[in-house]
Amino acid sequence: MWSLSNIATSIDQWLNETFNPTLALILEMLIAGVAVIGLFAMLGLILVIMERKVSAWIQIRLGPNRVGPKGMFQSLADTVKLLVKEGMTPGGSDKLLFNVAPFVAMIVAMLLMAPIAFAKDFQLWDLNIGVLYISAVSSISVISILMAGWASNNKYSLLGAMRSGAQIVSYELSAGLAVLAIVVLTGSLRVSDIINSQADGWWIFKGHIPAIISFVIFIIAVTAETNRAPFDMAEAESELTAGFHTEYSGMKFALFFLAEYVNVFIVCALGATLFLGGWMPFHIGTWEAFNHVMDYIPSSIWFFGKTFFLIFLIMWFRWTFPRLRIDQLLNLEWKYLLPISMFNLLLVTLIAILGWHF
Amino acid sequence: MFLKQYIKDVWGAMKSLATGMKRTGYYFTHHKEIITEQYPDNRDTLVLPERFKGEVVMIHDENNEHACTGCTACELACPNATIKIITKFDVDAETGKKKKAIDTFVYHLELCTMCNLCVEACPTGAIKMAQTFEHSVFDRSQLTKTLNKPGSKIREGVE
Repeated sequence: MWSLSNIATSIDQWLNETFNPTLALILEMLIAGVAVIGLFAMLGLILVIMERKVSAWIQIRLGPNRVGPKGMFQSLADTVKLLVKEGMTPGGSDKLLFNVAPFVAMIVAMLLMAPIAFAKDFQLWDLNIGVLYISAVSSISVISILMAGWASNNKYSLLGAMRSGAQIVSYELSAGLAVLAIVVLTGSLRVSDIINSQADGWWIFKGHIPAIISFVIFIIAVTAETNRAPFDMAEAESELTAGFHTEYSGMKFALFFLAEYVNVFIVCALGATLFLGGWMPFHIGTWEAFNHVMDYIPSSIWFFGKTFFLIFLIMWFRWTFPRLRIDQLLNLEWKYLLPISMFNLLLVTLIAILGWHF
Repeated sequence: MFLKQYIKDVWGAMKSLATGMKRTGYYFTHHKEIITEQYPDNRDTLVLPERFKGEVVMIHDENNEHACTGCTACELACPNATIKIITKFDVDAETGKKKKAIDTFVYHLELCTMCNLCVEACPTGAIKMAQTFEHSVFDRSQLTKTLNKPGSKIREGVE
């Protein structure tokens, strides 16, 4: 049967037959790097057009409908515009930090791609601390934001960066605790183990109410962590002069923009992996016949279907809820999400120890 | 009791968020209600909302008569001196009495903020907001308009 892992295996075999093992490994790394960059470009194009269409439909509008069939090439045209725009570096800014910051944001996003399983046996690096790696590396992204705000030599950008940094650092706690709930249930940090443990049902169904609570908390926390509305204090419109990237223009701004969308994809992929079984098809316990029918749908389609469902959910939030004030935002995290997720973790631990999950 | 209130708060918040998402979810799945006007393409069939405010016009009937008595209530109501009314005195041919009337109703579209206060202030309903909105011209002086048509006079019976 056609699958991504078959393609990967045949490429691996061909490279190893043609070149010596060291050269083959280097070539494979290059191919993986190019594939990740290609995936980023595709994600940027698809997610931007998806965001605009979803927002239009939710607000009873039409959305982009001029470039290409039903406006589907609009994001491509936007990319061309951004490419030819001048990338300015303001005088008085810290030139090195200013220019490095967008690349830090992108590199963090690229690093996060490593442990994500896109399909059955199709993963860049199945390291045994995958989930810990993701939560550790994703917290580096705050550095790029602070760097950008600081180097801009602009008080508004600095304030925007501080606000954004406070938000990301606080919401990371709840996101981490929500992730921990599934780690406790699975008993492993390895991404492939977590997915395999869901072969007889996804954790959101198997883990009873605590799993649902931690799923809701996870979605709320990662929405805040990726700086998206209703938590987009960092880049509210004119009233906050657009947060930490006020001074960025052209492609440098586009890199921040792209990093935001790629981060949305990554956290949704993580959420799909942890709670909805990643590439695992929809299985119910020991119903062999039903499970077998579900296996006919390719695993990559399951993965991307779940991920895009979560992305749609986050977009739905964005275009429904009004923006929170900074004090409300911190209240929500410290007074509500964190206590609830701590209590929830206790509950999950109890369930895991007593073996009450299915 | 604190805990009870806390759980109640969380539950209420979740419920109200779900209500909002239900509404937007309904819009997302019902594309027929789209309210976008494809503006330059549909110039002929363009429908503007009833309350849209484009510019101030004076209502003239088929006899070229209007209802403006020249009371300057609109001029006084205008917050940024958009309206200037130049009055004159008509002499009644039969009785010889003098009567105040407008000579020119000057309207500066370039100053107007479409606040509708002049229309509210008018005691006789002589002016209203029109639905025109393509106001761009090459010369700013073209935006200074005379609202009463040449040769028009006040309608009989309007005081």
